[in-house]
Amino acid sequence: MLSVVIFLPVVIGIVLATSRRLPAAIIRWVWVGTAGADLLLTLVLTVEPETGRTLRGEQRWEWMPGIGSSYHVGVDGISVPLILLTSIIFLVCALWSVRAIDRPRPQAALFLFLQSTCLGLFAAQDLILFFVFFDLSIVGMYFIIAGWGHGNHRQSALKFFLYTFLGSLALLLGFIGLYLGATPHTFDMVALSQAGAFTGTPLVAGLVLAAIVVGLAIKTPTFPFHSWLPPAHTDAPTIGSVVLASVLLKMGTYGFVRIAIPMLPDAWRSYAWVIVVLGLVSVLYGALVALAQTDVKRMIAFTSINHMGYVILAVGAAGIIGSDTAAAQQLAVTGAVTQMVSHGLITGALFLLAGVFYDRTGSYDLRQYGGLARPAPRFAGFFAVASFASLGLPGFSGFIAEFQIFTGSIGTTWWALFALPGILITAVLLLRAFQRIFTGPTENLSPGFADLRRHETIPLAILMGLSVIVGVFPGPLLALIQPAARIVVESLTP
Amino acid sequence: MSVLLVTLAFLPAAGGGILLVIGRRADRAAPWVSLGIATIILGAAITAFTTRPTLTAGFISSTGATLHVDGLTAVLLPTVTAVTLLVLMFAVAEKTKPAARFHGLMLLFAAAVVVTVSSTSLPSLLAGWEIMGATSYALIGFHWQQPRTIPSGFVAFTVTRTADLGLYAAAGAAIASGVSWNLTDLSHAPAPWVHVIAAGVLVAGLGKAAQLPFSFWLSRAMDGPSPVSALLHSAAMVAMGAYLLLRLEPVLHASGWAAPTAAWVGAVTTIVLGLIALAQKDLKQLLAASTAAQLGFVVLAAGVGSTAGGTAQLIGHAATKALLFLAAGAWLAAAGTKQLSALRGVARRWPLLGLLFLAGALSLAGLPPFALWWTKDDVLAGALATSPALYAAGLLGAVLSAAYSAKMIAVVWAKPDPRERARFENRLWDAEEKGTRTVPAGALAPILVLSAGTVVLGAAAIPGLSGPFRALLGATGEPESTIPELLVSAALAVVTAALSYWRGIPHIPGALTWFGLERAAVAVIGTPTLRLADTLSRFDQLLDAGVDKTAGALTRTAGALQTIDDSLDAGVGRTVGALTRTAGALQTVDQRLDRAIHHAASGVLGLGTLARRLQTGKISDYYAAAAVVTVAAVLLLIVVR
Repeated sequence: MLSVVIFLPVVIGIVLATSRRLPAAIIRWVWVGTAGADLLLTLVLTVEPETGRTLRGEQRWEWMPGIGSSYHVGVDGISVPLILLTSIIFLVCALWSVRAIDRPRPQAALFLFLQSTCLGLFAAQDLILFFVFFDLSIVGMYFIIAGWGHGNHRQSALKFFLYTFLGSLALLLGFIGLYLGATPHTFDMVALSQAGAFTGTPLVAGLVLAAIVVGLAIKTPTFPFHSWLPPAHTDAPTIGSVVLASVLLKMGTYGFVRIAIPMLPDAWRSYAWVIVVLGLVSVLYGALVALAQTDVKRMIAFTSINHMGYVILAVGAAGIIGSDTAAAQQLAVTGAVTQMVSHGLITGALFLLAGVFYDRTGSYDLRQYGGLARPAPRFAGFFAVASFASLGLPGFSGFIAEFQIFTGSIGTTWWALFALPGILITAVLLLRAFQRIFTGPTENLSPGFADLRRHETIPLAILMGLSVIVGVFPGPLLALIQPAARIVVESLTP
Repeated sequence: MSVLLVTLAFLPAAGGGILLVIGRRADRAAPWVSLGIATIILGAAITAFTTRPTLTAGFISSTGATLHVDGLTAVLLPTVTAVTLLVLMFAVAEKTKPAARFHGLMLLFAAAVVVTVSSTSLPSLLAGWEIMGATSYALIGFHWQQPRTIPSGFVAFTVTRTADLGLYAAAGAAIASGVSWNLTDLSHAPAPWVHVIAAGVLVAGLGKAAQLPFSFWLSRAMDGPSPVSALLHSAAMVAMGAYLLLRLEPVLHASGWAAPTAAWVGAVTTIVLGLIALAQKDLKQLLAASTAAQLGFVVLAAGVGSTAGGTAQLIGHAATKALLFLAAGAWLAAAGTKQLSALRGVARRWPLLGLLFLAGALSLAGLPPFALWWTKDDVLAGALATSPALYAAGLLGAVLSAAYSAKMIAVVWAKPDPRERARFENRLWDAEEKGTRTVPAGALAPILVLSAGTVVLGAAAIPGLSGPFRALLGATGEPESTIPELLVSAALAVVTAALSYWRGIPHIPGALTWFGLERAAVAVIGTPTLRLADTLSRFDQLLDAGVDKTAGALTRTAGALQTIDDSLDAGVGRTVGALTRTAGALQTVDQRLDRAIHHAASGVLGLGTLARRLQTGKISDYYAAAAVVTVAAVLLLIVVR
């Protein structure tokens, strides 16, 4: 079942790629249908009753027994929300593209391929499998940016590819370290996450952790490894940006929770301070640099660094253990996973909105607009709602995530108090941008700007609606995450 | 699950949300939906006064959304829902447009207030608290076409959100110290966390209540429509800041220092904002400054533990100030201006409204027998019990209230001669919007109801009669005002008001511009932050360039390796060529060998040709370099192990 979820998109993608005579309309709706069907299958997997095993939909087949690697997939409370998010985001991208005219067949095929790699990554329970999906997703995204981007897209795509590929090599190095550190040698993630699985000395554990952290930090990205992100976003096509921000960035943060913490808990505790500082710097740096941007897409890209910084802060803080900090650690980890989902929904919407600017006028420069709420009131409304969601307003998912991250992180280290201005700076920069673009006299590029069309409104409504549902009724999502977060926290307890 | 509380919180939220989503198409239905919902929640609030319901729901934690109606909430819920209904009636009568967006936002705001005032747990309290702030942004900037309104909403929102960070810090400190998010538990947190919680609560409360040094946002908030000011900036949002301090007064006291700090900030605010109010030339600006000043008494009450007096002052002020803002709004709509210079004698043109305004102004002045006379003295009695200096400061604040109220009365009831009047009506009216020259009866009705409040609500603080009110709040032991105190304050108010009415107000340097508070905030926090952002942004470009340069260097290194590879390759090729010449018979085999070696050599070191075909060739170089590094690191790892 889980494997069907993973590979359904790529199989349909191959079919689309090879059937040259299909009309574009059919291709688009096959894409939407596949994404929709995959989402339904994911939902079935989510509501499937617990079987008593810790992993849902677990499947394991021999692959490379010689090196202790197998095709092993399975999901738990940390991966299910991300798999759901992935399915939702790809469906939203398919819906957004029902009017796309630029090479729809390869585009649909490529996105379906990318969807499989993302789903596979979040379901993987074997490091080699994880690595393969990780690299394939980079390849898929490279072609999306290079093939459908604009501006300086070839160079941005190359930079994205090289930088994140370098990260993946560091990650591979770390994985090999984990493999060698376990007796018997294995790449199986479940086995490696057992207490005491890593038998190396603290020095080796530290080196292995360093390699993994660098690899994941590049992908997330955190300061100072983020410089591939702004150009990649700026020059990527709209739905490419959406997938990049909403799903691909989560691979990095997911890796922290799935691999770094449970497999190297002792080293994680020793170096938790480093992670906390990395998170704090990313939060403040991302927010401040975003404040100085005049390009809407670049601005949103830097807010992503800020939002991912909260996740890093939380996973770092979860590693700082004092007496009676279990509740705080639990909050921090739950908040981190919630933030991954929430950022996916909200930033996905923001990048869709940013895409509307390019679609209508070809300019992302917010200084070239003004009074846009007059010709495009619905667009203005969505932009305002998405901005408030992104700045962490209660009633949206971002508040649920950030409130848990702040309280949990402050609960283990008072250093986390320094991250609080992050939500203030984000508020300032998003509202300033809104003010500049949408209010005041209608001037420059604004007159004649066409409001949102139906195929644009529906995806945005889906994303914002989900953010509100999670924001008002967070119970079901948190109930899904909390047991898994508890296991992560337990793995950290010496 | 309490139906009452669900109705109170979710009905306006859902109604408001639906109106906002439907948008312009709901404009015709919006007023009726809005008035209907406001009536229902007022009924629910009154019912809740007797039934005292509790609602617990999971929100972040299993009890994160706990709403409960205790004595304090039982008093405040009917107050805010009643003012909401009256203000919405006024807005309907004045035809505030576009109706769907206006009423949608107002209902959403009302829901947020209900959640704030009835939460007994931090997550839901903070949720209501921040949604109030966000809706206030949208309501202040309601007429977004005007260039100043949205920036004003921005100032209001960002300043109050700065203060809100205190509540986030408090919630984190609660976790760190191991107490729950239940509001009653917060005061039990051990040091040092109790200080963090107290500081956070104090800052958040002061910010929302527009106390010093945050007061200036309330000045900017006056760019919003009048009904918005009447609800948000009198009875609900700013009042919620003072409410928070009353509610969490035990935390302030547990810290030792936060309670006296609150008391003094409140007292100083009544004086400084009183001076600012005196100097204003715009009616709404005067009312705004006086709101901060009057709430200063509530904050003072929280600081000295005078819950009953503070609560009485809160509801008395809500009715008084809502009345005055609505009256100012009615004149703004009719005359098209809110400048005091243009409103001279306006009460004589609309005498009924003028009389109602007079009732509100006399209450604000602290004159007997109006509500604020009783309530303010109740607060001052608590101050006297704590410190004579605080009492004196509070009394000075009361004197200033009398002075600025008399100033308003003197203006609107002035008797300009007909020629002068015709001159400024021609020249100064319609300066801000096109006046209608009428005050609709529907707009007068809610003001009439509020004027009754300015008389009746004083009963909550009449010594000897306030027993039931104190019992309701569990504040029976708190000091009450005495007859001599009441007489002293009344005498002071009468004398000051008379002096101010006949003698006028002396010039107070700097007070007109709110002593430059906003400019100071921009200069101290705003501008440096933006400058830092610019600097970091430039640094980021340098970082980016550095990464590119490193990548370039790596590529060159890889290029050098490639050259070595090529020459090696060529050498191999030459050797093979020599072999080929010597053994002509095996030529075919040799050629195959040649190709194989060639492929192997370039494959091992370059990994290039395939990747080069994919892209510009940089990938291959980079890949090679990275692979070498990886292999070396793996070897190192194995050796170290």
